[in-house]
Amino acid sequence: MAPLPSLWGKGPGDGGRGMGVNLRGFFISRIAQLVVTMFIISVVVFFILRLSGDPILVVAPDFFSQEQIDQMRKFWGFDRPLGEQYLTFVRKAITGDFGKSYLAKRPAMELIIERLGYSWLLAAASAAIGLTVAVPLGILSALKRNSLFDLIITSMSSLGTAMPSFWLGLMLIIIFSAHLRILPAYGALQPESIILPSVTLGVGMAARLSRMTRSAMLEVLNQDYVRTAHSKGLMQKTVVMRHALRNALIPIVTVFGLQLGWLLGGSVVVESVFSWPGLGRLMIDSISVRDNTVVQAGLLFFALSFILINYAIDVIYIMLDPRIKFQ
Amino acid sequence: MPVRRGAPLRVLSILAQSPVGVAGSLIVTVVVVLAFIGPVISPHDPLNRNIRDRFKPPGFVDQSGNFYSLGNDQLGRDIFSRIIAGSRVSVLVGVVSVLIAGTLGVIYGLFSGFVGGIVDSVMMRIVDGLLAIPFIILVIAISGVVGAGLSTLILILGFTGWTTYARVIRGEVLKVRAMEYVIAAYALGQSRRKVMFLHILPNVVHSAIVLAAVQVGVTILAESSLSFLGLGVKPPTVTWGLMLSDGRQYINSAWWMTAFPGIAITITVLGVVFLGDWLRDFLDPNVRGRA
Repeated sequence: MAPLPSLWGKGPGDGGRGMGVNLRGFFISRIAQLVVTMFIISVVVFFILRLSGDPILVVAPDFFSQEQIDQMRKFWGFDRPLGEQYLTFVRKAITGDFGKSYLAKRPAMELIIERLGYSWLLAAASAAIGLTVAVPLGILSALKRNSLFDLIITSMSSLGTAMPSFWLGLMLIIIFSAHLRILPAYGALQPESIILPSVTLGVGMAARLSRMTRSAMLEVLNQDYVRTAHSKGLMQKTVVMRHALRNALIPIVTVFGLQLGWLLGGSVVVESVFSWPGLGRLMIDSISVRDNTVVQAGLLFFALSFILINYAIDVIYIMLDPRIKFQ
Repeated sequence: MPVRRGAPLRVLSILAQSPVGVAGSLIVTVVVVLAFIGPVISPHDPLNRNIRDRFKPPGFVDQSGNFYSLGNDQLGRDIFSRIIAGSRVSVLVGVVSVLIAGTLGVIYGLFSGFVGGIVDSVMMRIVDGLLAIPFIILVIAISGVVGAGLSTLILILGFTGWTTYARVIRGEVLKVRAMEYVIAAYALGQSRRKVMFLHILPNVVHSAIVLAAVQVGVTILAESSLSFLGLGVKPPTVTWGLMLSDGRQYINSAWWMTAFPGIAITITVLGVVFLGDWLRDFLDPNVRGRA
């Protein structure tokens, strides 16, 4: 089991087990961590985008004279020292101003907000598919351990993990769009458009989650309280649903949070396969035309949403584990 | 450590008992061998264009009786030969990037965990920050800015992938640091540096090896995504990701251009994952025999 990233700090994941958690202290420490982490991310992101050298030469048209380039550099503030540029960037970013897109000539924030809804929709649909497929299959697989069913499920899960998600997407397009002609392959014009991209990402999610569900269930099924529940004559269904699953949910939720990173990353490539108008495709499009302000803002947005979702999962975690109580 | 010097045969016999281990090592061996001797056994020249025979389906036989088992692409190049040629990039990228990332991450994690205190906190905050940006997005952004190419790509994957190792190794160091044999080494008067490299490092390095096996798969998938998006390796170098990017353009007419390179990636990564699973059980004596 991979150790929990310490974004979680001394939270319920490790040190806090069995002790009370102070609600206010919990949120204050999380916010402090968030600020520190976002500061580090902002430094990293800011300097990554200057790895290319002069950002102006990248966007300036070939026919520009040196004078025009200097003018442009001054306009965008690239003539200032690097440290000062960074401070300006942070000061503006805090107020939600990430600068203007070189290309669209509109605020980068505006472009991102336009796409955010599509990305959330796709992520939610994929996560829902992943969970509804993986949790029941993982449980059954654990209950019928070493059976043919178990073998099939674990093999499928390995296969789903090894498969490049964008390739699965392409294969689905070949089958359902090119040959059967029953589902749209591109864009987001009809409600059915979400089916192929969300199934693509959902399969990858399910493969990763079912493996963890299985091992979490196996661990719990060996516990004394499960044996006790069996020996006092409870039905198998009750034992599994009320005693085993409740406890297995905690590691499942944790892994779900960690896999969201995969989902966000995978969505970038899959969105561009299906021309899904989300944040991922905006990123790829902006990278290919070197629209760095948008890339910068996009990276910060991905990091922020990843951290916030994991904080939300921390709260779910506390609700699931009655040993941890808010005081 | 369960592995003793001069016991390769014993390792092989343990490997032979595990179907997953056997499957994984067979697949990995085949891919590595193909990467090395590919040009010798390749049925056709992977770069040879033959416009007359473009888009020919799998099993096509041309006028001179040459057989094309997996069909031809948009320039009439043999897909099977190109898949063999593409294994070279996957192996190279997988191995070299993981070596770079692993070395950096192990040193970072070892130092952070060993020194502890405020230094450790600061170093781990940096790792957390980097881990909050999903790996593939970070890599995409950097290669977009820096520019593409095989060696650049290997460096980018190597220099962004170390964070996971740093976190895992640091956790292991914290566990090992408090072990009695480490305290005993101090008691015997050994220097901090000796304790770190002679007593702690050998006892945490197995976690890095297991992680490296997983990361080879992750890296191969990342390379194929990047090349597919046009942000990785450039033609005429043959890679599976680039083949998929070609295939995408003709997705309505020539399914074989897309299907086979993807199968090659899936099988390769599956082999690496299997081998990694086996390695984990093998190197961790607590788990061995339980699975």
